[in-house]
Amino acid sequence: MAVSVLSRLRQLRTSGPHDDVGARTQALVVHGNEFGFDPFGLSRQSLEAAMTVARLVYRYYFRAECHGIENLPASGRVVLVSNHSGQLPFDALVIGSACFLEPPQPRLVRAMVEFFVPTVPFASYLFARWGQITGTPENCRRLLAADEAVLVFPEGARGISKPFSKRYQLADFGSGFMRLALEAGAPIVPVAVIGAEEQAPAMNAKILAKLFGVPSFPIVPYPPFVAAVPLPVKYRVYFGEPMRFTGDPDDDDDDLAERVKTVKNRIESMIHMGLRGRKHVFW
Amino acid sequence: MSSGEPTKTAVITGISGRLGRIVARRLHHAVGWRIVGLDRRPMPGRPKDIEHHEVDLRSKKAREIFRANQVDALIHLGVMHDPRARPAELYSWNITGTAKLLEYCQTYHVPKVVLLSSANVYGPRPDNPQFLTEDAPLLAAQRFPAMRDLVEIDHLVSTFLWRAREIDTVVLRPTHIVGPVHNAPSNYLRIERPPVLLGFDPMVQLVHALDVAEAIMLALAPGRRGIYNVVGPGEVPLSAVLHELGRAPRWIPHPLAKSVLGLAFRLGFSSFPVAELDFIRYVCMIDGRRAAAELGYRPRFGLRETISAAQEVP
Repeated sequence: MAVSVLSRLRQLRTSGPHDDVGARTQALVVHGNEFGFDPFGLSRQSLEAAMTVARLVYRYYFRAECHGIENLPASGRVVLVSNHSGQLPFDALVIGSACFLEPPQPRLVRAMVEFFVPTVPFASYLFARWGQITGTPENCRRLLAADEAVLVFPEGARGISKPFSKRYQLADFGSGFMRLALEAGAPIVPVAVIGAEEQAPAMNAKILAKLFGVPSFPIVPYPPFVAAVPLPVKYRVYFGEPMRFTGDPDDDDDDLAERVKTVKNRIESMIHMGLRGRKHVFW
Repeated sequence: MSSGEPTKTAVITGISGRLGRIVARRLHHAVGWRIVGLDRRPMPGRPKDIEHHEVDLRSKKAREIFRANQVDALIHLGVMHDPRARPAELYSWNITGTAKLLEYCQTYHVPKVVLLSSANVYGPRPDNPQFLTEDAPLLAAQRFPAMRDLVEIDHLVSTFLWRAREIDTVVLRPTHIVGPVHNAPSNYLRIERPPVLLGFDPMVQLVHALDVAEAIMLALAPGRRGIYNVVGPGEVPLSAVLHELGRAPRWIPHPLAKSVLGLAFRLGFSSFPVAELDFIRYVCMIDGRRAAAELGYRPRFGLRETISAAQEVP
């Protein structure tokens, strides 16, 4: 066992392609003004610093494996829809890094973040500098109109805070992403993330959640007992073929449900495929 | 207009304020307008051909001005926002005053009403979309009761827009106005070492006072009615504005800032109520596409020019 861990570590030192983060940042399409900020507060400079760190996490900590990146359109509006898990949004980091590092032409993915993020010091503005946006429909609409790539987690907080016992079981999907994709005429790229579920195997302490007035209070069975640092699991990320839908974006939820279900089923089957192909959680 | 004789009359409330003077000067340069000022304060140094009445909006004398003159437009700038004034007096001045003005306009057939409201009526909130359109709800008063008057005036005039169909009513909601004016954002930007909240750096918009005057001119054109956001030349983080102005911000954690600022306000060291901290914490930015499409409004001052205008001393 110890020998195998050592050999794995040795492998780590040598593996990993050379990524030119600076050149990739320059290749991104950013609608910045003379101060270097786009209307949502993205700055190329902050993004480059963030991607330098994100790359290390992506390549060496999670040793992420990326499949099907050719399914991500090189340009034009697109909605990425993914499963969400792991207590901390490292799945967003991995998807974002994959789209930035893997394709020939890097793409900036703008994740729709929870409304509480703007109330958290530092996260409030750093997320914006890195291109992440508050998850309102108006923001999504505006970005799709500007031909950007938007990442949506339709499970939202239900997904990320799910306990370990519910791993790889998708929570309910909202239908907002479908409305926005129909309205903008944007293709949907289904994304399945394998690994995030094990990065912080948590159970939900309902009493503490009530005490602190938060939707869930996940605790993990190792110090510091809150999900502050993820375990070094191996991430696998699968990009599915773009799906195109037609119809009236103002339809009832019931009418949209079938199309939402199609996307959910696709992600589910991609998850199952990924789980079958996986030999070990950590490598 | 060969003789240059004024043919139309505009009543400007709040003309003695800094912004009032800027708007009056702009209108004075435009050919064909006779200007009648309406303010409780005197207006020293005004040009001879600007008429000025030191009256209360709610008084009989104010009504008399509308009765005696054939008024072609009302430009309502006289909205009072003084966090130190007695709330009852403020309410009466703002709401009753505005309601009276609208009544005079209807009675004496004034064809045009322009209200200068503010984008602050939307309120800075963590769940705000990055750009608020004119249809967004006015939620400022929820976290910030002192804004209730401004929200209510906006509602009052917006309702009037639909109620009095024969009058072309325009409600302008400009973002933070900078330039040689007195208001909370430009006072804040003039502080040498302004307090900022540790870990917060929202994107902000600024608009030059002269661009606002220009928007009012565009709103005066016959046939134009509706509610319009008035934007500046772009969006930048608050920290970039302060850096551009050469300010040295003091970083203060939010809970501490709340108690310190609350104390400073009560003791009279600061003119900023605690709730205004949200303006340097969350986004409250507006979408100006409607004004661009329907009024033809474009800010003439660039981003750097507008930011440096915040240094101008009134």
